[in-house]
Amino acid sequence: MNMLKGDSTVRKLMQRHGILLVLVALFIVSSFINQNFLSVRNLTNISRQISITTILAFGQTILIIAGMLDLSCGSVLALSGLLSVSVYKQTGLLSVAFLVAIAVAVFCNIINGLMVTKFKTPPFIATLAMLTMARGAALLYTNGQNIYQIGNYTFFGQGSIWVIPTPIIFFILIAIATWYILNHTRLGRSLYAIGGNEEAAVASGVNVDRRKMQAFVVNGILVGIAGVIFMSRVNAGLPNGAVGFEFEALTSSVIGGTSFSGGIGTAGGTVVGAFIVGILNNIMNLIGLNAYLQQIIRGAIIALAVIYDMHTKKMRTTRTLGSLEETQTA
Amino acid sequence: MSQVDTRANDIKLRVQDIEKSFPGVKALDKINFSVKKGTVHVLCGENGAGKSTLVKIINGIYQPDAGEILIDGKVVEINSPMRARSLGISMINQELSFVPEMTVAENFVMGAWPVAQGGRVNWKQIRQRARQLLEDENLPYHLNTKLKELSISDIQLLEITKATAYNADIIIMDEPTSAISDKDVEVLFEKINALRDQGKSVIYISHKLDEIFQIADEITVLRDGRVIDSRPVGELDKNTVISLMVGRELSENYPKESVAAGEVLLEVVNLSSRGLFKDISFRVNAGEIVGISGLVGAGRTEVLRALFGLDHYDSGSIRIKGQEVTIRTPEDSISHGMIMLSEDRRRYGIIPIRSVKENVTLARLDQFIYNGRLHRQKEIETVEEVCARMNVRTPSINTDISALSGGNQQKVVLSKWMVRDPQILLLDEPTRGIDVGAKYEIYKLMTLLAKEERAILMVSSELPELIGMCDRIYVMAEGKIRGELQRGDFTQEAIMKLAVGE
Repeated sequence: MNMLKGDSTVRKLMQRHGILLVLVALFIVSSFINQNFLSVRNLTNISRQISITTILAFGQTILIIAGMLDLSCGSVLALSGLLSVSVYKQTGLLSVAFLVAIAVAVFCNIINGLMVTKFKTPPFIATLAMLTMARGAALLYTNGQNIYQIGNYTFFGQGSIWVIPTPIIFFILIAIATWYILNHTRLGRSLYAIGGNEEAAVASGVNVDRRKMQAFVVNGILVGIAGVIFMSRVNAGLPNGAVGFEFEALTSSVIGGTSFSGGIGTAGGTVVGAFIVGILNNIMNLIGLNAYLQQIIRGAIIALAVIYDMHTKKMRTTRTLGSLEETQTA
Repeated sequence: MSQVDTRANDIKLRVQDIEKSFPGVKALDKINFSVKKGTVHVLCGENGAGKSTLVKIINGIYQPDAGEILIDGKVVEINSPMRARSLGISMINQELSFVPEMTVAENFVMGAWPVAQGGRVNWKQIRQRARQLLEDENLPYHLNTKLKELSISDIQLLEITKATAYNADIIIMDEPTSAISDKDVEVLFEKINALRDQGKSVIYISHKLDEIFQIADEITVLRDGRVIDSRPVGELDKNTVISLMVGRELSENYPKESVAAGEVLLEVVNLSSRGLFKDISFRVNAGEIVGISGLVGAGRTEVLRALFGLDHYDSGSIRIKGQEVTIRTPEDSISHGMIMLSEDRRRYGIIPIRSVKENVTLARLDQFIYNGRLHRQKEIETVEEVCARMNVRTPSINTDISALSGGNQQKVVLSKWMVRDPQILLLDEPTRGIDVGAKYEIYKLMTLLAKEERAILMVSSELPELIGMCDRIYVMAEGKIRGELQRGDFTQEAIMKLAVGE
């Protein structure tokens, strides 16, 4: 038993710090490759660049832990951001515009949630449908045109509070909120249980459908905020913006150790995953790597992260097979 | 030619000194038996007697630890079901496995599609062969009918046809009548009689005595992984078979203490669920441990699942402490103080990749929430206290539950429910798959819980355990309660007679 304890503690440390070590290594290597890398300006820049997809990644982490995912976040981001910009232009009120974005994104995610819980659609299909619908709605709303001259709306994406850029403030607050939800609330615990073994969660009295709905609502809030920051950063309402962001978000989440089989994942891991992706992109840009080659490298990294996830899962199963067999012999 | 020689030539399959162990359990211990040509050989025995393990060895799914199998007097090694098929052995499983979208014709050739030039599947040949088979066997099915449109007994007949079509000489049937109606049983028996007339050997697993005496030429009774007796059917009668099936050793070693029965906590009246169970009525009082016995498929687990809200029931009523309650989900049941320990711990009991702590508090998270925030210190204290009470042995409460032994996992699941302080405990095979020492601990916990004036309803396939621990036992057969026995009247024979429907 003592052996077991030592063994599992060491493995857990390795698992947790493995990703962190990769980030540190990447950090050191990058600082040698390019002098500009370590400048405050560049690091702030990286944080600002990754803030939007990382906010989306927190939503993905929450959903993936419960055995779901959201493919629609890029499109819903565009729709909610676009409507928010439009409302701002009509009312001139930042707070109303902000709330509109969240309301729209939450609405879309409630539909996602209903499809998943009431109609038992696989999350992949439900959110794939939403991906198409939300994009269509965004394009329909402006007839495919962009909205320019957004005035003070730029505060959300380009402004600063004290010396810290607003997107980074959102990033930090949402990281803390995600950590809090996952570790300190009933919702978080229930999501881990649902993703770990949904039938056992039901048999333990967990209201699985309600928890899944709540996870989608939280995701909606995050997507709405990301929508506001995105439109504000690009200085326009772009119905065609944020295409493919869902994959960047998924990448950050998975590299950060969130398991696609559900039940495993953390907010901290997601931050680390996002920085690994952000720094890689940054350094590949700084050294002027071919953009197409960059895509291949990014794809390869996702593959590696998933292989690693499968590998650790296999080790877990091998480790526990003894007790499983004991169960089977009845 | 001498008499002995003829008899030896008659023997199609002989099993010699077969042994098989699983971790902690000796499933088969020096099994010897032989099946003659042109006979139906019935294997019978209680749940867990080793029947299924034995036929799985003959069919190449399991490998024996020792002993050998002879076919036509020659030793053969059967290392896979494919090998078994090539040796002329075919098995029709209790749970038929088939692809619902596949047509009748495709099903006949599944896994062995005839190939035409260029690697194409030869559809013409498939259809010809299937049509021929259906004509030969005089079966009224259309080639293009999908299996999902057919009934279980139709598919069973097709499986048997398929088995014989591939020249199987030994056909194993594992409880083939468990899912089909009486009328279909007759059709099945005609088919089996035809197989016998063709000189095939049929190994037939069943514990329905009526059937056994209708179809068997010879009967082999297994108990605790041993052959208890093997004789021609003429030398046996139903009572003899029952007494051969039971008679497991009864140990006095159960930590049973009698508790004065209190008020009625759970009362079930005429609970019915179509096709699963009918008119189930019983009650459990505070301080009682009540058992439900019966053979596999009698509907015991189904009743518990319906009570707990995992499945729906069609009619009848459930009263808890005299109040009629409606139970649609486990949440309903739990909120009325009734919990269930599932027979399938991995599926319904544990979240394997999460810690002992998270597993223990899962059913009662609200107790640790203050203003929306989880009170971690209180959670840890509760988990440590309840794990100590339930005697859970774990390196730490943060260890993954899957790293624990089966017995300790079960105690963690019990701990989870104890956090909710339930009044009624539905325990489905509470000691399944755990070692002897842990079993004893579970019994002690059950005694403790009964003394705390909780009501315990236990389903078990182990008669000694039921006899050792229960105050009363209800016996189920074919979805109905066939009788109730008081502690003074418990004998294995009495229970088994009710369970086999005598």
